[in-house]
Order: sequence, then structure tokens, then C-alpha cells
Amino acid sequence: MTKLIDVQDLNVRFDTPEGVVTAVNGLSFALERGQTFGIVGESGSGKSQSMMAMMGLLAANGSASGKALFNGEDLLSMPAAKLNKIRGNRVAMIFQDPMTSLNPYLTVERQMTEVLEQHKGLTRKSALSLAIQTLEQVRIPDAARRIRMYPHEFSGGMRQRIMIAMALLCQPDLLIADEPTTALDVTVQAQTMQLLRDLQRDFGTAIILITHDLGVVAGLCDQVMVLYGGRIMEQGSADAIFYRPTHPYTLGLLGAVPKLDHEGERLVAIPGVPPNMARLPAGCPFSERCPFVMDQCATVRPALEPSESDPMVLRACHRAVADVLRDAETVLPT
Amino acid sequence: MNAVLKDSTQGQEPLLSVRDLHVHFNARGEGLFPKKRTLKAVNGVNLDLYPGETLGIVGESGCGKSTLARALLNLIPATSGHVVWLGKDMHDAKPSEWQNVRKNVQMVFQDPLASLNPRMNVMQIIGEPLRTHKPELSKDQVKERVKQVMARVGLMENQLYRYPHEFSGGQCQRIGIARALILEPKLIVCDEPVSALDVSIQAQIINLLKDLQQQMQMALIFIAHDLAVVKHVSQRILVMYLGRVMELADKHELYAAPKHPYTRALLSAVPLADPRLERAKQIQMLAGDLPSPLSPPSGCVFRTRCPHAFDRCASEIPPLIAVNEKSEAACWLY
Repeated sequence: MTKLIDVQDLNVRFDTPEGVVTAVNGLSFALERGQTFGIVGESGSGKSQSMMAMMGLLAANGSASGKALFNGEDLLSMPAAKLNKIRGNRVAMIFQDPMTSLNPYLTVERQMTEVLEQHKGLTRKSALSLAIQTLEQVRIPDAARRIRMYPHEFSGGMRQRIMIAMALLCQPDLLIADEPTTALDVTVQAQTMQLLRDLQRDFGTAIILITHDLGVVAGLCDQVMVLYGGRIMEQGSADAIFYRPTHPYTLGLLGAVPKLDHEGERLVAIPGVPPNMARLPAGCPFSERCPFVMDQCATVRPALEPSESDPMVLRACHRAVADVLRDAETVLPT
Repeated sequence: MNAVLKDSTQGQEPLLSVRDLHVHFNARGEGLFPKKRTLKAVNGVNLDLYPGETLGIVGESGCGKSTLARALLNLIPATSGHVVWLGKDMHDAKPSEWQNVRKNVQMVFQDPLASLNPRMNVMQIIGEPLRTHKPELSKDQVKERVKQVMARVGLMENQLYRYPHEFSGGQCQRIGIARALILEPKLIVCDEPVSALDVSIQAQIINLLKDLQQQMQMALIFIAHDLAVVKHVSQRILVMYLGRVMELADKHELYAAPKHPYTRALLSAVPLADPRLERAKQIQMLAGDLPSPLSPPSGCVFRTRCPHAFDRCASEIPPLIAVNEKSEAACWLY
């Protein structure tokens, strides 16, 4: 059976005045219908750019290589006309900032009906009733009246729900959500996450969720990938990543999050700063900040291989799992 | 004023007392002949802060937490009410008297880069409070103090003459903290100091603030929308909603046994970085959206979204009363 989306060795490069910057390096993952895949990383980890590349939305100085098979067809090599039939229709995207991704000059109605006229060939009138229906699904009160309003007339949470409604108009097979709740308050975030969960249950939509918030990932994702400096550090089931992390970066990331449910005195602080993508070390990108670093880490790149402790988990680290786990208590800086 | 404060801070004079503080803004109404409308950003807040303690202020966007912080320092003038600083009522105080207070109260802002003057180097930025408040110091003395405080916050001496754009977000926040520390203030007001930073950097800054507070015995007002972050640093926590205090409680009490329905909703909405707990969790979803602060609901401002609302909530404003010796809530349930 073909996977819904099968990404193989995705690379994204940017030509910049300082030379070629490789933002994403060797990303591979696959996703089936109804699954949720989480991509976690800090700024500059390449999580957003990999999705932009799949959707053909890279900036003019960017280029992508590798394969991104959607139902067996490669999105990366597809002509724009064909890609236009897929994006917004079969694959939809929700962006982080709802204010800058909605058109301020157009009413919500115009922006929503356009999608349906374009992809489904509906008349304006039938498109309108479907759009209102979808807005009601995302719990916009008084949708029939509100749909004639402009984006600025809505609150942040409502704008985000409008974006989700817009992404769902054509009942896509795959929804890419790029930090969908980062700009929102916690109670609104909880509403939004619940909405995504319901939609997935009702329509069997596959979701790729990009975020830096491990809490958001924990509630929704089946599989999780941890990125750093454009490379996969660790990849596996949500349970494996959260309960049995073996990569030093994953351990650091999990320890750095302040938690409600435990009374930790100090947080694990990963020393140093996020990587400069133009000057990554030749070896492991995390080697500069890694408390477990060895001599070879800076020069020899660790391969992404099944972990010794769990063959379903992929990890890229020279250190043996047993070493990392044994020393985690003492080595991780607080 | 209340039992919560007495038992942890026996007999000490409060550093700062706030009584019935109101901050109102004039807003333009709608239409051709707009009626004047008043936005009550802070609406009758009382609080006491004791030397060396950390008070967390949480709430969602628009709840007035930043306005409150600014009003404490007279950066936004209060409409009515009293700010008492070390026993002295600052009502109708002259600018020179505020100048004196500001020697002892410093502020750290949310956006680390935007709060630093791009045309000043680190030496000038961190040294500026000294030049303002202690003009008697010689250039060399200022430089010496700047170097000391830089070492304290983890900046290198060789960065003395660099400009803000040469630093990462986390480092800029360290510069902002150094600037606040150099006068050795009795109180630092931190307005969302870590929300613009990556997870791993967030942990560095939170640890730094905790260490500095312990070393220097200063009080901290820590404003954030992230309950987990606030829990990590604070001793007491103030929960705000639409300009009013909903609950004020000891940290352990607030998280273990939240009293106000809004606090409960807020806590249940925080995503946990633990897949099993997160999937099993019952989120108490809030109905609807935040009401407009221009026309807040009558009575209790939270009643339109409260699952326990009854008749009295619409007609009378609940006062903040002590529920037990560790917490106070403004709710008719108590």
C-alpha cells in the first residue's frame, strides 16, 4: 500500500550572500492516513522550511532536492499547474500567525469561497453555504453574519479557527500545521488542539504538526521527529521519545521545559546558543552544545540508525544509548 | 490586609503595596459621532509585595498584567488608587520622587532586541542607569561595575563594545537583565522575559533569574502567560482576567487546589509534555471567547464563560476574599 506522504532524503538549500546554507539535510519520514506526525525543534532547526519545500513555497533563493511523494506522486518535481490542484485541496496548511496569513483586504467570505470555486468548481452561492457550514464546524458563532467581516474584526483565536476552517474546506487528506497555537493563549490553544483532534477523528485527515512546544506534541502525535540544525536527531513513537529518550538533545529539550506536574528545582539548560546555519560543524550539528561530546563528534557525522535499545527508534549519535542514559543524571547541566 | 501574606513574611514591612489601583484608557467609540468609551485595563487591584519574594502574575492577553506592571512604576499613569513604595504613598508624587523609586525598581521587557537601543553598545546600555542615577561615578568606576554585572549574567568581557544586533535573543535578554541589575535594585519587574526565547534558552534565563534573586535577595514580579514558567519561579501567584484579580494564592496551593473556576480552566488547558497524561486529561474547555474589554460583563467579569455562574454573579461583583490561609479568590462560590 502506498503511503499518503513519503518523504525521502529531503534537502533544502538557500543561496545567501554568505554562501550556500543548507537548512534541511536528509529528512525522511512517511505518514499514513489518519496519523499525526510531530516535528519538534528550536528556531533554525529547519522544521518550517522542510514543509515550505514540500508545498513549493520556498523563497526565490531556495531550492529543494530529494523526493516528497504524495499518493505516489512527487510534489517537488511536479509542474506548478498540477501542484496548484493539490495544495489547498488535497494538502492544506495552517500557518503560525493568522493575522499575516489572511488577506486583510478581503472579507473572510471572499477568501473562503475562492478556494471552493478554484478547486471544486462550485458557484459562489453554493460555495458560500459550504463556507458558512465549515465556519460553524470550527465553532465560529453567528457564522452567516460573521463571514462578511474582515480578518481584523476577529480575535486571535477566532482568526486561527478561520484559518483552520479555510484549510478544511476541501477536506484535505493531509493537513500541515506550522506552529498552529504558538500565538495563542493557553485556553484558546486547548480549544484549537481539541478542534484538530475532532477533525482528525471525523475526517481521517493526516496531520503534520510542527512545533517547539513538547506539550502540544504529546497530546496529539503518534510519531515524533526531533530536528536540530536541519538534521534528524531522533525519531520514533511519541511514547519512545517522551518516556525513553536516548539522544542528548532530546534529553536536554525535555529537561528544559518547565513542567506543571513536577516540582523540579532547576531546569536543564542546554548551554550555548542555537546554531548558525551558515557555519555548522562538519560532524554532528549539536556537538558544540552537547554535554556528552567526544572527539569525533565535531568531525565525523553520526549516521541516523536504528537505536540499539529499540529498533523502532532512529537516532543519530556516536554515544551508545547505555552511556547516555547512565551519565544523564550527572552530565546534564542545570 | 490578608492572612496569606502574614504567615510567610512575619512582621516585615511590605516593599510595595497597591491599593484599589485603576488604570483606564479612553477609547474612541464607533460611528460618526462616537461616544467616549473607557477601557478599564486594570480595575481595582490590591496587592502587597515583601522584600525578597517572587510574585507571579498570570493571565491571558488583554487581562491587564503588563499595564499593571507599568502602572507600578508610573510608566503608565494610574487613573486612581494608591501605589505605596516602602511606606511612602506615591499618589501625586513629583517626577523627582519617582526617579528615586526607580533606583530601586528596574524592569526587564519581553522583546529582548526591541528593548535595547540599537545605536548603543553593551557598555553604554548597561551603564546607562548608573549615569542617570549615580552621576558621581567616574568613567572607570562605571566600566568596572558594568564588567562585574556582565560576569554575573554570563556575558563575556570581550563583548563590552558590541552592539545589540550582534547578539542572539537569549544574550540580548542577558544584557537587559544586566541593565536592570546594575543599580542593585530591591525589585525587578520582569514582563514576559522568556516568552520570545527558544525552549533551551528559556531554561538558561529562568535559572539565571532564580540564581540572581537568591544571591542578591531582591524581590521579583514575574509576569507571564505560561503557568508552568510562573510556577517555576514564584512563591505567590496572582491570576488576572479582564483587569481584575481572580485569585491570589501561595504557589503550592494554587496548583494543587485552585479555587477560582478561571484558574482551574487555565491550569487544565496547559499541555503536559507526557503523552499518556495528556491523552487521558480532561480539559475544562472555556465556552466562547474573551469578552471585549470595552464592555465587560456586569458583576463578575468571568461569568459569561464560567461553568458555575448563577444569578448573583451577574448582579454583584465578587470581592477578593480569603478562602483559607493560603489563598484568596474573587468568586461567589466562596
